[in-house]
Amino acid sequence: HPRDVRTCETNKHRTGSSGEGTTNRPDNTAFDQQRLPAWQPVLSAGIVIPGFLLVGLAFIGIGVALFVTSRSIQVLEVSAPKGFPPLAVPPTRGGPVFLYYGLSNYFQNVRGYGCLAMTTSSGGTCPRCSPSSSCAPYQYDQNTTIAPCGSVANSMFNDTFTLYQLVNATRKTVPLDGKGIAWWTDYNIKFRNPPEVDGSLAAAFNGTVKPVNWPKPVYDLDPTNPANNGFLNQDFLVWMRTAALPDFWKLYRRITEGEYASGLPAGNYTLEIQYNYPVANFAGRKSVIFSNTSWMGGKNQFLGIAYLVTGSLCVVMSAVMLIVYAKFNSPDEDF
Amino acid sequence: MKRQVKKKWPEQEDKVRRLISNLPYEDLRRKYQPNRQYANNSIKTTKYTVWSFIPMNLFEQFHRFANVYFVVIAMLNFVPIVNAFEPGVALIPICVILILTAIKDAWEDFRRYQADKQLNNMPCSIYSRKEKDFVSKCWKDVRVGDFVKVVCNEVIPADILLLHSSDPNGVCHIETANLDGETNLKQRQIVRGFDGSFQPEYFSSIIYCEKPSNNLNRFKGYLDKPDKKKIGFGKENLLLRGCTVRNTDEAAGIVVYAGHETKAMLNNKGPRYKRSKLERKVNTDVLFCVALLFIMCLIGALGYFIWLETFPDIPPFVPPDSNNNYISPALSGFYMFFTMVILLQVLIPISLYVSIELIKVGQIFFITNDIDLYDEETDSRIQCRALNITEDLGQIKYIFSDKTGTLTENKMVFRRCSVMGIEYCHRENGDCLLTALRLGAQCETISDDEDIVFQKPKVPSRLQYRQKKGISSLRRSQSARTHMGARYQSEVFTITNEVAFSSPLETDVAPDRRLLRVTCDEKTQIQEWCRVSHCNGSASFMDFFLALAICNTVVVSTAMLPRQRVSDQHNLFCQVTNDTFSHYDNNVVTLFLRDSGSNNPSRRNSSASHHSEEERGTVSDPNGLCYEAESPDEAALVYAAKAYGFTLLARAPDRVTVRLPQGAVLSFEVLDTLAFDSTRKRMSVVVRHPITREVVIYTKGADSAIMELLDCHGRSAEENKRKKIASKTQRHLDLYASAGLRTLCIAKKVLSEQAYDDWASIRQEAESTIDNREELLMETAVHLETNLTLLGATGIEDRLQDDVPATIAALREAGIQVWVLTGDKNETAVNIAYSCRLFNQGDMVFTLNTDSREQCESILDCTLGEVRRYTAPSQSWSFQSIVGAVMPTESTGPTFGLVIEGRTLSMVFEAHLQMKLLELARHCRSVLCCRVTPLQKSAVVKLVRNKLKVMTLSIGDGANDVNMIQTADIGIGISGQEGMQAVMASDFAITHFKHLKKLLLVHGHWCYSRLAKMVIYFFYKNVMYVNLLFWYQFYCGFSGTAMIDYWLMIFFNLFFTSTPPIMFGIMDRDISAETLLGLPELYKTGQNSEFYKRATFWIVMLDAFYQSLVCFFIPYWTYQGSDIDIFTFGTPMNTVSLFTILLHLAIEIKSWTAIHWGFMVGSVLLYFIVALIFSAICINCNPPSNPYWIMENQMADPVFYLVCIITTVVALLPRYIIRVLQGTLALSPLVQARKLDRLSTEARDQQIKNWKSQRSPSEVPTNLVSPVDSFSNSFEQSFYNSSLEREMPDMQWDSNEETQNTFSKGHRRSISTMTV
Repeated sequence: HPRDVRTCETNKHRTGSSGEGTTNRPDNTAFDQQRLPAWQPVLSAGIVIPGFLLVGLAFIGIGVALFVTSRSIQVLEVSAPKGFPPLAVPPTRGGPVFLYYGLSNYFQNVRGYGCLAMTTSSGGTCPRCSPSSSCAPYQYDQNTTIAPCGSVANSMFNDTFTLYQLVNATRKTVPLDGKGIAWWTDYNIKFRNPPEVDGSLAAAFNGTVKPVNWPKPVYDLDPTNPANNGFLNQDFLVWMRTAALPDFWKLYRRITEGEYASGLPAGNYTLEIQYNYPVANFAGRKSVIFSNTSWMGGKNQFLGIAYLVTGSLCVVMSAVMLIVYAKFNSPDEDF
Repeated sequence: MKRQVKKKWPEQEDKVRRLISNLPYEDLRRKYQPNRQYANNSIKTTKYTVWSFIPMNLFEQFHRFANVYFVVIAMLNFVPIVNAFEPGVALIPICVILILTAIKDAWEDFRRYQADKQLNNMPCSIYSRKEKDFVSKCWKDVRVGDFVKVVCNEVIPADILLLHSSDPNGVCHIETANLDGETNLKQRQIVRGFDGSFQPEYFSSIIYCEKPSNNLNRFKGYLDKPDKKKIGFGKENLLLRGCTVRNTDEAAGIVVYAGHETKAMLNNKGPRYKRSKLERKVNTDVLFCVALLFIMCLIGALGYFIWLETFPDIPPFVPPDSNNNYISPALSGFYMFFTMVILLQVLIPISLYVSIELIKVGQIFFITNDIDLYDEETDSRIQCRALNITEDLGQIKYIFSDKTGTLTENKMVFRRCSVMGIEYCHRENGDCLLTALRLGAQCETISDDEDIVFQKPKVPSRLQYRQKKGISSLRRSQSARTHMGARYQSEVFTITNEVAFSSPLETDVAPDRRLLRVTCDEKTQIQEWCRVSHCNGSASFMDFFLALAICNTVVVSTAMLPRQRVSDQHNLFCQVTNDTFSHYDNNVVTLFLRDSGSNNPSRRNSSASHHSEEERGTVSDPNGLCYEAESPDEAALVYAAKAYGFTLLARAPDRVTVRLPQGAVLSFEVLDTLAFDSTRKRMSVVVRHPITREVVIYTKGADSAIMELLDCHGRSAEENKRKKIASKTQRHLDLYASAGLRTLCIAKKVLSEQAYDDWASIRQEAESTIDNREELLMETAVHLETNLTLLGATGIEDRLQDDVPATIAALREAGIQVWVLTGDKNETAVNIAYSCRLFNQGDMVFTLNTDSREQCESILDCTLGEVRRYTAPSQSWSFQSIVGAVMPTESTGPTFGLVIEGRTLSMVFEAHLQMKLLELARHCRSVLCCRVTPLQKSAVVKLVRNKLKVMTLSIGDGANDVNMIQTADIGIGISGQEGMQAVMASDFAITHFKHLKKLLLVHGHWCYSRLAKMVIYFFYKNVMYVNLLFWYQFYCGFSGTAMIDYWLMIFFNLFFTSTPPIMFGIMDRDISAETLLGLPELYKTGQNSEFYKRATFWIVMLDAFYQSLVCFFIPYWTYQGSDIDIFTFGTPMNTVSLFTILLHLAIEIKSWTAIHWGFMVGSVLLYFIVALIFSAICINCNPPSNPYWIMENQMADPVFYLVCIITTVVALLPRYIIRVLQGTLALSPLVQARKLDRLSTEARDQQIKNWKSQRSPSEVPTNLVSPVDSFSNSFEQSFYNSSLEREMPDMQWDSNEETQNTFSKGHRRSISTMTV
């Protein structure tokens, strides 16, 4: 390349005064010259027809699977007035059955409500330490630290439910399992009880008072099971995981024992509700839900339908594209 | 004491700086120094110090509106009542942006600091009274009033008044390249009266000079000597800081300006800041976003109020304030407004501004790295001086171009001359081979008595052309005369065959045989000079060449100097030309025969090396002579004289030495030099003839300037002869001009001793005045330059630059109107316009040339009527359509050209006929304005820019283009022969006009489409993401809750989705460079702002709304009625919107390189990695519903993936389908071009040709020129055209003649129309 050689010579002349014979010539690399090898897809009907068809068929398949699965899940929702609503339970397949309580028009996600934190979570070895200021106004009660503080804890749901099966006009208590209803991480990592003093949790909470709305102090939440007290009370943990939407369920118990482990036998049941939690002030409703689950969680028809609709749409689109392709394809296009 | 000193200088006037030597005050403290009030020489260009950096930088940054907005938001966070989430976190984005900008600023400032430090510590020699000698000190120690010595090749530390030079003539040569880029040496003289030994101790004068100013060409003042004598001095006595001393061993002087007050520093302004069209549009759309934000916040506030009102009692989840009080719903609604502002703040794309800046940095990187825009000869890349208007390059509709140096090379070649009324065509110069064969046969047909007769063009056979094509020197064949229009084909110039052989060695002038013979006949003895000088006509030839050699400011340097470069090839050649005449006569034929056998590579080498030298205005010579001229014309003339044996050997301020052909060396005493100025349009040198001892004035200048000054008196016979010569010369001049040559007249005058003495004393007086000295000097010059005797005229060719016609054709295809604004005369300009295809042969060219207002108006009206008659009647014109500015190129009727003269132009402006002119110009393919002043140039640009509301670009290379460059939206400077003023004023600096093609068509298109798409995408991205949060407000009581953890929210914009759009804005290549160059029409998409219209903005907003609805409601319906908690609900939404946002970009990306893949996949990976890590370690943050382990839980849930997939698909389906349909139907040329890109190179070229022939069948021959083999094609093309023309009937000749007559007689209106 004679031209290039000359450039070098010229540059030697030019830059002789400034020292090195470097040239100002840009690097002739693919990157610098914007010539990097590139894939340049041109979206056109011919290319996307198989894509649409494949995606459509796949979606229809997924949709059918979801829909069938969802159909298999049984949900029994009972709106919960005071008293003992009788329940006629159809035969359920697959256990265990989960017992939820539902609240509607309850905005656990309101900012400020959720933001008011409780101090004593995992580092909660010190219940008497002054709690976070964001707990205000549920921070101190007459200058004594509230444990647990904050408005979420303060407004904890405290109805209790007992389920009886009516067998030959006698009420047979259905055992409800309250263990493992909270997230494993909540129970094991996030929340901690203060170390017991003299083997007593109550002593550990010495110097604190219960939240204003609570009937019992935190170390006495579950009189039936001493291990289920303090900040590690399962119902407390479930409540503290604030719901995303105003109409929500929260897991109350699982029915995992005895003859009920693989689903509630068909029959008549009655639900005894200890009605403590007021809902009138927010125009809400309470309900109780029995449901079993599958690999996709609870019952949800929507996702399956959505997949079916979208999949069908894609198939239709592929047909439309076929027409477009047949009509407008330019002959010089090579695929 | 201080007061006393002040009193000592009571006459410290406003306009004058007074200073004295520092030496008597040496070692005194600063406050006793006489010149202490002037700046010292240490410079500081940094903006900040270490201590002031943080406050000052913050202060500067907060000047930007966007940052202020962000800070207000940040402060709002800290207002407790607004109840923001974690105020500290909200500060992160603004801090990141501020810190990034601060780091950038600090780095730039640090570099300036380092440069300053380096400069300040450069060594220099200052005189010390103690040492009685110059001692070495640093630049920063130099003060005003110090005596400083500079040695050869040293850089001058301050502005120094030259008092001493080692040169016996008291001259100091400097190179001003650092200052203005001009590489020719300039002479500076010592102040008069300081010749001989100079001793600083005895310097006791007071210096009065003007205050510091940034005008490099203005400096004046005087020395007040102790004996009350005043000595004036000027810019020729000033050594400027930053210049380099050359060819002078040492020089010394007193510092008059130092540091920041030096002219170099005063001229040193930072980069220019312009706001691009796109950015202005972005700002209005940001305001739309603000309005949208306001509406959304208002909805939030009202919603909160209404929501609170729906409850019968206070619900447990509505928290009281910290004092356990409840605020009234109305007030909390009001507060909620601000909470919403904080929540939805991302809607205002603050990071957009930072992203745009980053993208422009990247775009500029790629532009400057383009190897096609690199010029090997000067080793220079394109310079981007304005950093933020890259995308404007893609929207240009009007280009205003200078002619000389922009379209042409501004490398002057001596072509023809006329001496004493006889024309010498210098055929040898053009076509060596043919001339050698036909020697004497044609040139000598011209006789003295006959009126001039040029040869009939010898139509070259096709064969001849084929033959010539093989010769490498054809590279230069695109001379100004190659594509000569039909108008002059019928004339007698033998244009085509001459040019085909034009020598690439512009400086090697082959003398005309006939003229050579005449001068040879003059081989009279020097003693005879006396006798022949006055009356003998042939002596005029001597005078003519002497004038060429003497009458200039060319500096001669010698071989020993560092700048000297001589190539062997050249040596060989020049030795021959410089030999004696007899020798030359014998050699000339063989030499040229060998020379033209230029198929051998050595020839090529020689031309190339010569080329690189030429471009510096330096002409070297085997004897070690090196000519450094301020303008290329001068060098060309000196070289021409040299070719005839009149070699300029040396030039000192008072002496100029010339070697005559006979070998004798004459040394002329230079009495005065009347420098060139644009008002007089001429320059003169007053010399004393060494033999006759007469005072002779040699003048050269524009023909108009000289012809008026000719001596009309004398005896009738002589007078007649003179008149005849003058009229013949005028005729030659007209023909030169019409051939596109630059003309100069040479004249002389012999002055009586008495007359000169009288004049010299007036001159002296004028020189020593300080006020309005320029005017006085000019008056004296005008006084002297009268009653001249015409010696002759020269025609210098200014070649067209490479590929100018192809570039102009491409630009025009791209829908750009090209206007040429030149100071040249009509004929020259029109010819250049034809040769560079500004006008085509078939064009109807209208010429507006009148200085009467009424005529001007009526001509405009009548021309407009004619134009309208030709354009389709359906295209009724109205003002609106001018604003819409639809290019009329599609019309099938004839195309029009418009030539307007400067005089007429000013008439148009005076008479408010601008709109009519614009209307006319709108119908014309090209407009040519000749004889316009720099101010008119900018007025024209302003007119088009303001009235048509279009994007304009000005391109020029000289100081006279600076106005126009600064007026246009984009100013482009060509760094060429005429210094750096245009470059300094420009936004982009290129080396060749042809670079404009790639710069606009490729980089302009890319930069604009990239940035426009990126901006649109950015708006979309923010609206889409923010709307997710907004929809959630309907389910959380409008309380301002975010279902996404705020860290992840901030990261989302800061990290996960920020880099792909930036990469997209820098690198996406929608159409390849080859296709863009091959199909200039694609540029129109940018002109019409098709990537970023108001509609585009709203469509993308709608799309953003749709997508956010999908991204919110599909997860919502999926998780509705379950025990889902806030962040578990938000995580799929966040993920889905990440996929949607990135895949949306993926649909828009047109070319996927590895980098694209890297960024896209990297962003997704980064999201998952960060989210997983974050939710694994974040046990306590954002309580009570914190994000701990949520991502992990979700990723273990199959529903999460199912939700992600379907949401993304549904969200992107509409856009995807629309893009597919667009791609299938291929309605827009862009899509078609992209399909072309997928083809192989050959197939693509074929397709491009087909496409073009389909689109514009009439233009097929013109468009055949593909960018690759444009040269050979254009050559063929020119042949094709010219042979066509020759067969054309000469029907338009009459009108041409008429035009010509009106031109020469002037002041008469003329409309000439030409049709094929």
